[in-house]
Amino acid sequence: MTAATEVASLTIDGVRNAITERRFTASALAEEFYAQIKREDPEIGAFLTLSKERAAAKAAEIDKLADAGKPLPPLAGVPVAIKDVMVTRGVRTTAGSKILENFLPPYDCTAVARMEAAGAVMLGKLNCDEFAMGSSTENSAYHPVRNPRDKSRVPGGSSGGSAAAVAAGMAVATLGSDTGGSIRQPASFCGVVGLKPTYGRVSRYGLIAFASSLDHIGPFARTVKEAALVLRTIAGRDPMDSTSADVPVPDYVAELEKPVKGLRVGVAKEYFGAGLDPEVRAAVEAAIQKLAELGCAVVPVSLPHTEYAIPTYYIVATAEASSNLARYDGVRYGFRARGARTLSDMYRLSRDGGFGMEVKRRIMLGTYALSAGYYDAYYLKAQKVRTLLTRDFDEAFRKVDVIAAPTCPTPAFRLGEKVNDPLAMYLADIYTVTANLAGIPGISVPCGENHEKLPIGLQLLGRHFDEATMLRVAHAYEQARN
Amino acid sequence: MKVTEKDVTYVADLAHLELTEDERARMLRDLNSILEYVERLNELDTDKVTPMAQVSDRYGVDESRQGSERFAYASREDVRNGLRESLPHEGALGNAPDTDGTFFEVPKVIER
Repeated sequence: MTAATEVASLTIDGVRNAITERRFTASALAEEFYAQIKREDPEIGAFLTLSKERAAAKAAEIDKLADAGKPLPPLAGVPVAIKDVMVTRGVRTTAGSKILENFLPPYDCTAVARMEAAGAVMLGKLNCDEFAMGSSTENSAYHPVRNPRDKSRVPGGSSGGSAAAVAAGMAVATLGSDTGGSIRQPASFCGVVGLKPTYGRVSRYGLIAFASSLDHIGPFARTVKEAALVLRTIAGRDPMDSTSADVPVPDYVAELEKPVKGLRVGVAKEYFGAGLDPEVRAAVEAAIQKLAELGCAVVPVSLPHTEYAIPTYYIVATAEASSNLARYDGVRYGFRARGARTLSDMYRLSRDGGFGMEVKRRIMLGTYALSAGYYDAYYLKAQKVRTLLTRDFDEAFRKVDVIAAPTCPTPAFRLGEKVNDPLAMYLADIYTVTANLAGIPGISVPCGENHEKLPIGLQLLGRHFDEATMLRVAHAYEQARN
Repeated sequence: MKVTEKDVTYVADLAHLELTEDERARMLRDLNSILEYVERLNELDTDKVTPMAQVSDRYGVDESRQGSERFAYASREDVRNGLRESLPHEGALGNAPDTDGTFFEVPKVIER
């Protein structure tokens, strides 16, 4: 069987080939990964729940196929883990919140079901900021996650567990969710690949709602090719989500091999302004230079409304959140405060006891922005600026095929550094939120390290439903760099 | 200061939150600081800009189709169990904090 170091470097294809060639079984591999989790996770804190029975059953099913010499599905035996905002039938799903501490969902999220149907073995559920609200995973109601690259630092958030699990070799690939950067930012902080698809590309059925017009599910992996393979698995129309688009899904893996020569890469000065760490700037500029060497044309573009993205986002996202989180009332599921004498006291005390500070803050902000007298000034205004931000991209993508930018203004910050300043925390998402507001796809690919060996991420943004071109450029860059 | 203590109380009430004294003070400070930052949106003239609530009504749709025809793929016959079986009774009650086996139980709704 494989040694621990080998476990941490396995790829999706590597797993499938090894099982096909009977070098190891899916069951033994799952055991190896649980051993790796036992060794690594006490110091990292990526997992909230392990689903050993479910993993063993799936692995046995794959081993049976292999025993019978049958062809194996694309993710056969691949140990994966899922951010705890995606519901899993009979496996505790908390959204990182105390209000769902004992919640056992009665159905499976479509993306998870598609991963398992493709042969993936779900090891467990991953820690995150409560209801995916945060940029450091310090808002988890359970425990923070530490960055495997430097344990005094955050892994980013809100999908901090998903990024850390891949970075520490505790899963080959994971799923996360991205409402304002929550896949790309932690991928950048932990030195792995993280992809947010186009809005509507991946069904949100079974994703616990934070901000429905901004929420996306997407993969984390160590390579672009593996991210492409997972995206191919989970993408495509789902009748259970009426916002999932009826757009054909290309073979993203096959598309990777097409040449990038002649593609136009846009660079927007608005993504290289004040606040950008000099070492991050240097690494991203070097990556763009590398793309030029590969034959891409580097074209300046302008995204003039970029500075308005964060305020727009924090109105739209909190308004939607205040509505979505109204369902947690202590009646049908979740935490209920005891001893309330009236129904309305029960609602208030349950929500008060069940939600953490950041969730309350966002519910308050969103409720305020939607309340009588303020709706036009805040919510309607933000929706209009959202149109302007989206038009910026429409305009830019007339001239270029992808846009290259930093994923984050800085490398991973220290635990506790921003926890008492919500605005400073929100600004960690300054380069990522626009893609959520416009619904365009984005990916973060490792592009170097700073002097403290902290990873830096290159962000590539693509046209609506053109993940294929974005992935192709990301793959070409990754190959050229290695 | 745009948001007052009275606003915090009013909004907390709308949102069905109780909030401790300490949380109210933090909320007052944080909401004001965030909304002050949001004020910069007023630098933009948006009088003639249409608001955008959704991405999915403008991208990835068949442009040659109009109105509800555009979203024909997202509709289905209005029949019982159209997409899947409904949850069984036990499944629907399974996570409830209090039930009598048939209904969800809550404190008295009418105050008397």
